[in-house]
Amino acid sequence: MVPLGYYIGLSAILFTIGVVGVLTLRNAIVIFMSVELMLNSVNLALIAFSAYSGNPAGEILVFFSIAVAAAESAVGLAIIIALFRNKLTVNIDEVNVLKW
Amino acid sequence: MNVELIVFLILAAAAIVSAVLMITRKNPVASALYLVFNFFIIAVLYLFLRAQFIAVIQITVYAGAIMVLFLFVIMLLNLGEDKLLKWKLNSKRTIASLLGLVLLAEIAYYVMNFTSTSGMSPQSASMGTVESIGKVLYASYLFPFEITSILLLAALVGAIFLAKRKLEQ
Repeated sequence: MVPLGYYIGLSAILFTIGVVGVLTLRNAIVIFMSVELMLNSVNLALIAFSAYSGNPAGEILVFFSIAVAAAESAVGLAIIIALFRNKLTVNIDEVNVLKW
Repeated sequence: MNVELIVFLILAAAAIVSAVLMITRKNPVASALYLVFNFFIIAVLYLFLRAQFIAVIQITVYAGAIMVLFLFVIMLLNLGEDKLLKWKLNSKRTIASLLGLVLLAEIAYYVMNFTSTSGMSPQSASMGTVESIGKVLYASYLFPFEITSILLLAALVGAIFLAKRKLEQ
């Protein structure tokens, strides 16, 4: 039997790796993949809590979370394509038009 | 130590290693493939937690649809190994990694409080099947389910609009 804390710990480690990826990487697509990793780690925590408490609401929330992630990745990748068409790069250091 | 715990620890180690490899590869295609591997391991962990339906949609939606979209965009933009995008250690990245460790320590402080040794709830044995998920979804969560269709329509229209538009005009 695996204790609940192990799942939450794994989820925390994966979330932190995703955060470090978002903070350190320069490639917009790989930053986006790190965001997906963070979403997944939170889904894992939700499923673990759901299974250990016997409440199906967690699994329903993960179902909606996956639907939202699908929509988010479609729009995000469209933004990256529009960005590449405009700037010919996906390096976020060179995309600073909103910086003042 | 029982077999389940040993298998869990092996899977957890593989998940962490593939996630670290994902954020340190220079080639975005390699990053995407390591992320697919990570998603498969998380799907197996969902099976451990008896969430069969979620495990299947994890593989079809995440590892299938979303990651194929990522690979498609990487190959469409023809991104190779870019010198400017190379991961090298500088002060900014050191600070970011330290902040990540601080975040992990903060989360770990709260995870340490999970000392409960109670196992999985007995109801969870039949909770993750398509039948029981469907019953809950269409009885208690029908309205959010319908709202999801509007969200997906909005994402569809938004993605087509953004990818189609010529920004020069």
